[in-house]
Amino acid sequence: MPTKAKTKSAAKKGAGAKKASDGRVLRYVDALKEAVIQEMERDPDVFLFGLDVDDPKGIQGSTLGLQQRFGRERVFNTPLSEDAMTGLAIGAAMAGMRPIHVHIRMDFLMLCMNQIINMAAKAHYMYGGQVKVPMVVRSMIGKSWGQGAQHSQGLYSMFMHVPGLKVVAPSNAHDAKGCLISAIRDNNPTIFVEHRLLYPTEAYTPNEAYTVPFGKARVVAKGDDVTMVGVSNMVIECLRAHELLAEAGISTEVIDPISLVPLDIDTIVKSAKKTKKLLVVDNSWLTCGASAEIVAGVLERAGPEAGIKVQRMGFAPTTCPTAPNLEALFYPNPATIAEAAYALAKPKAKRWKPDPKKAQLAYQMQFRGPF
Amino acid sequence: MEPSSSPSSKDLQRIYRSLRLIRRAEEEVARIYPSDKIKSPVHLSIGQESVAVGVCDMLDKKDAVSGTYRGHATYLAKGGSLKGMIAEMYGKDTGCARGKGGSMHLIEANANVLGSSAVVGTTIPIAMGWALAAKKRKTGAVIAAFLGDGATEEGAFYESLNFASLHKLPILFVCENNGYAIHTPLSKRWATQHLCQRVASYDIPTFRIEDGDVFSIRNVTAWAVDAMRKGEGPVFMECLIYRWREHVGPGDDYHIGYRQKNELQPWMETDQVEKVGKMLDAETRKKIDKAVEKEIAEAIDFAEKSPVPKPRALMEYVYAD
Ligand SMILES: Cc1ncc(C[n+]2csc(CCOP(=O)(O)OP(=O)(O)O)c2C)c(N)n1
Ligand SMILES: [Mg+2]
Repeated sequence: MPTKAKTKSAAKKGAGAKKASDGRVLRYVDALKEAVIQEMERDPDVFLFGLDVDDPKGIQGSTLGLQQRFGRERVFNTPLSEDAMTGLAIGAAMAGMRPIHVHIRMDFLMLCMNQIINMAAKAHYMYGGQVKVPMVVRSMIGKSWGQGAQHSQGLYSMFMHVPGLKVVAPSNAHDAKGCLISAIRDNNPTIFVEHRLLYPTEAYTPNEAYTVPFGKARVVAKGDDVTMVGVSNMVIECLRAHELLAEAGISTEVIDPISLVPLDIDTIVKSAKKTKKLLVVDNSWLTCGASAEIVAGVLERAGPEAGIKVQRMGFAPTTCPTAPNLEALFYPNPATIAEAAYALAKPKAKRWKPDPKKAQLAYQMQFRGPF
Repeated sequence: MEPSSSPSSKDLQRIYRSLRLIRRAEEEVARIYPSDKIKSPVHLSIGQESVAVGVCDMLDKKDAVSGTYRGHATYLAKGGSLKGMIAEMYGKDTGCARGKGGSMHLIEANANVLGSSAVVGTTIPIAMGWALAAKKRKTGAVIAAFLGDGATEEGAFYESLNFASLHKLPILFVCENNGYAIHTPLSKRWATQHLCQRVASYDIPTFRIEDGDVFSIRNVTAWAVDAMRKGEGPVFMECLIYRWREHVGPGDDYHIGYRQKNELQPWMETDQVEKVGKMLDAETRKKIDKAVEKEIAEAIDFAEKSPVPKPRALMEYVYAD
């Protein structure tokens, strides 16, 4: 569950949120579903499909009941044929429809690469503007309980690399709903990145349909000593680190980029110029990753005269192991993030680590299988 | 296909032992699971053992198998170490993948059990690559590539059939058709049920075994192995079978509504573990059962007592030397 700071700022800055009575606290998973329901009701060209979207578990609940509501023509399951199904979405989008293609794991997008990279991303340009591909590709990153090598990868930077694709990774229910609506209405293919551990988290979410604009980052916690940028679930981990650091007298500003392409570098630069220290915590590997892009973008924009010190954290540069003790070392966590931010803030001071008990308490809930 | 000779009493004992070991090992995995000692999603083969056992009984040590994330049966039937499997699920350093892969990535290179994958269909062409190597090196070995009914929907399956037939590769495709991909029945996924006809159009001999009978599966495999060793190319076998438990996890799932429990009934009545067990005299059976329990207890004990990987193991095996 996002901290209070998060929920409050989401409420304050949410694009469509007029007054508090317009909304309620909603889980991320329900916000995803609500976005789809409202857009499907608004626009008959929107349809949703993918492996197991109509099964009794309904993509961990995010598509549950949609087929009953909209019928088999607009919500349908597919065979295990990701490559062809991606082409199907692209073709339907070119023909004027607005498909949402759902994958229960981001790892499975590797079967869709040719269609996404060679067709969806390029069609509008390559065909001189004659066609558009307004499709959404939803996929979820897994973590913990032995998800391991092939069910835990955060592969969004591969898509960030390719012009023509938009890439968004909302970290809370409010943004999940608003970004999904933006993605559905956008005339470009959008890679919509979800994280399994975010599904049960709750945040204030307006009732009505609203958009969260792409290319606008959000400052989710204010601070002066270090700027922390988290991607997807790492926003939440950074917020937990933010609290741990507060107890050590370090004040951190936490920024959620929300969309990675387009990327709002200005908001991050503004904060980094103030704190002079930037820690980017990614939900993936560092090499050629979103963290590299963010750091490079900030340094290019701010210039050497800004004197910003940078650091990155992310997955260990290896495959995700299943042994729990190794898996724990694979991911940044609130304690390691706090430790790194402290060292960045106070390079000359003795190294500091948060009290392990408090670091553990930073988790208000723990995800346990089965899947 | 010539009917092969009926199994000897030694054959029966071996087949029963293998069936029983797999069944009981998975039942024990399911029993332990709620204790959270196994932090790994488990896809149990309970009810499907006869496919792996029937096929592997006709393979030599030099032959290989490739399995899926529902791969405990394949791994054990081909001679994968039970200790290595349980320790792997426990995330221990002594696991068959050193605690790095978990239940979905079992491997035992010594027994020619290729590593399994959690991404459906990915191992089909990889098994074909193994077959290509066997052919090029003239080892005389063959491979059995296990796949689910869902995997036949992936393009890689058809691409592999075509190439394997074109190059007469020694690969036996074994489709374990349990009627479901997670919770979705065939009727929602296949335009027609004629899987064997689809495959046959690549000029691959096909066989369909509808009752899970371990001896029929064994007979077809014997024929296929013989043909493959003669250089006649791939063979395809579709085995109708039934998954008794939930798709992933230790329990059953008849309450969630996608299938009815009465589907299970006929499969339980022809349970191959029981059937072969009854073909043995009581004493022999008891002896085997006892040995199986001992082996399982030892494997669990081994897993419990094994050390977890050292922290430095995190960065071991990223690149090969
Ligand atoms: C490429 C890919 N798509 C989707 C999934 C999610 N998934 C895991 S198991 C499964 C069903 C596979 O069914 P089948 O091949 O019949 O094997 P079974 O589980 O019945 O043994 C699906 C869709 C996956 N792991 N890989
Ligand atoms: Mg199946």
